[in-house]
Amino acid sequence: MKKIILIMLAVIFATSILTACSSQNSATVSTDGSTSMEEVIGILGEAFEENYGISFTYNPTGSGSGIQAVKEGRCDIGLSSRSLKAEEKADGLSETVLANDGIAVIVNPQNSVSDLDVGTIAKIYTGEIANWSQVGGNNAEIVVIGREAGSGTRDGFESITGTEDGCKYRQELTSTGDVITTVSQNPDAIGYASLAAVGEGVKALSVGGVLPSEDTVKDGSYVIQRPFVLVTKDGVELSEAAQKFFDFATSADAAQYISQAGAVPVN
Amino acid sequence: MKNPQAFEQNLIETIVYVIFLFLGLVTVGFVLLITVYLVIAGIPAIREIGILNFLFNTKWASTASAPSYGILPFILTSVYGTAGAIVLGVPVGFLTSVYLAKLAPEKIRTIVSGAVSLLAGIPSVVYGLVGMMVLVPGIRRLFHIPDGASLFAAIIVLAIMILPSIINVSITALEAVPREYEDASLALGATPVETYFRVSVPAAKSGIAAAVVLGVGRAIGEAMAVMMVSGNAPNMPELFGSVRFLTTAVASEMSYSSGLQRQALFSIALVLFLFIMLINAALNFFLKRSKE
Repeated sequence: MKKIILIMLAVIFATSILTACSSQNSATVSTDGSTSMEEVIGILGEAFEENYGISFTYNPTGSGSGIQAVKEGRCDIGLSSRSLKAEEKADGLSETVLANDGIAVIVNPQNSVSDLDVGTIAKIYTGEIANWSQVGGNNAEIVVIGREAGSGTRDGFESITGTEDGCKYRQELTSTGDVITTVSQNPDAIGYASLAAVGEGVKALSVGGVLPSEDTVKDGSYVIQRPFVLVTKDGVELSEAAQKFFDFATSADAAQYISQAGAVPVN
Repeated sequence: MKNPQAFEQNLIETIVYVIFLFLGLVTVGFVLLITVYLVIAGIPAIREIGILNFLFNTKWASTASAPSYGILPFILTSVYGTAGAIVLGVPVGFLTSVYLAKLAPEKIRTIVSGAVSLLAGIPSVVYGLVGMMVLVPGIRRLFHIPDGASLFAAIIVLAIMILPSIINVSITALEAVPREYEDASLALGATPVETYFRVSVPAAKSGIAAAVVLGVGRAIGEAMAVMMVSGNAPNMPELFGSVRFLTTAVASEMSYSSGLQRQALFSIALVLFLFIMLINAALNFFLKRSKE
């Protein structure tokens, strides 16, 4: 009996020592916001935890909620996949662009159309243009493919083309991979997907004569793109850990991770 | 108490009894937990939207600036899709089960039963993937429509998916028919096929009805496979149009949803749950009848 009590005491001591150790290292960086930044932030967070030994949390709630969370001090750094609005800046928030994300408009390789401008793309998505022959293609009905409501890519695409709430989708798919597969299977389909995910089997259209690529996204000539932004509060100093993450994410070292996640790093 | 051995035995009996009782109650507990949770999570949105507006409005636009939460398209799609799967799947499944239970030679029986069991074991995402790569482009070419992802594609996938449950349960019911019934019929001069359809099948009809209801339950609850072939746009159902089921409505928007949208998704789950309860009640009814 005594032996058992001894062992139990030893276990209790051991765990209390361990927890003491970990509580010394309990500094964490909390981020909150854009679901579209999931991949970029996931890879960055992992690399940060590995290099600095500081734990990192990410709460994918959407750009709006992330900005709100910083304002109310519920997280260290907010994540937004759009630029801050003037009134948000007036509220004492500032933005640091981390990367740019290009959204490619894709069609089947058999499709003879290879260039559209933003206005035409918008008309196709709202159903005003319903046949490929109206834009110089075959006489075939356009099959409009998009993402499900709430998706960051859909949100980004619709806000850039000005088609919020107006898109007439034939299919609403739940992942980038599904969109690409579907477009590659149907010669009359058009879809959109994050630039990094576009590979064989589909053709990325040039928009207003500019093909999407890392370079054209970086210099801004490819217009269907949006910034990935770190949002911080003016006049409030970041915690030591959060400052370390901020410096790491905006450093040149982070660029490789950002490209790995499919976005175009700014720094 | 005078006999310590008997006392010990009694004690062990009691302990085992309590353990079994507890394990039995765990299942009941889970059902209760899920029911209560779904009702609590599902009611607020229905209240806010209004039950009539929720059930009978035909427009679903959950993230629009003026959101609309009508799930009639989803309800009708689920009903039509399930009905279609039953229409296609039941004749095939029923005839297969008669063949396997009564007519097939031993060798063929072994092979076909093995195939049916395999069919039951294929994950639904695989059905969806094959549907997406083969069925959807096939339908597009065959019917000369712009896009093959449609209610029709979902019906075909569902019909194949419910085959194993229909076949297996029907076989069990047909095999339970007393041999004497068939012998009597044969002795009176009926041919074997006449005997199976006039005697065995009517004797097993409650079990076969249970098999059909089980198929309905499987079809209405399937999400993954239909999500990949049905197109997923929240339209009113059309055979060759892009449609969204009750299950896929919940699954496709859940990951990024928030606020009233998320609550409305729980309400859809509640509606689906009520459908499944109804189907279960029907199943119990048929099973009880087949025992009597």
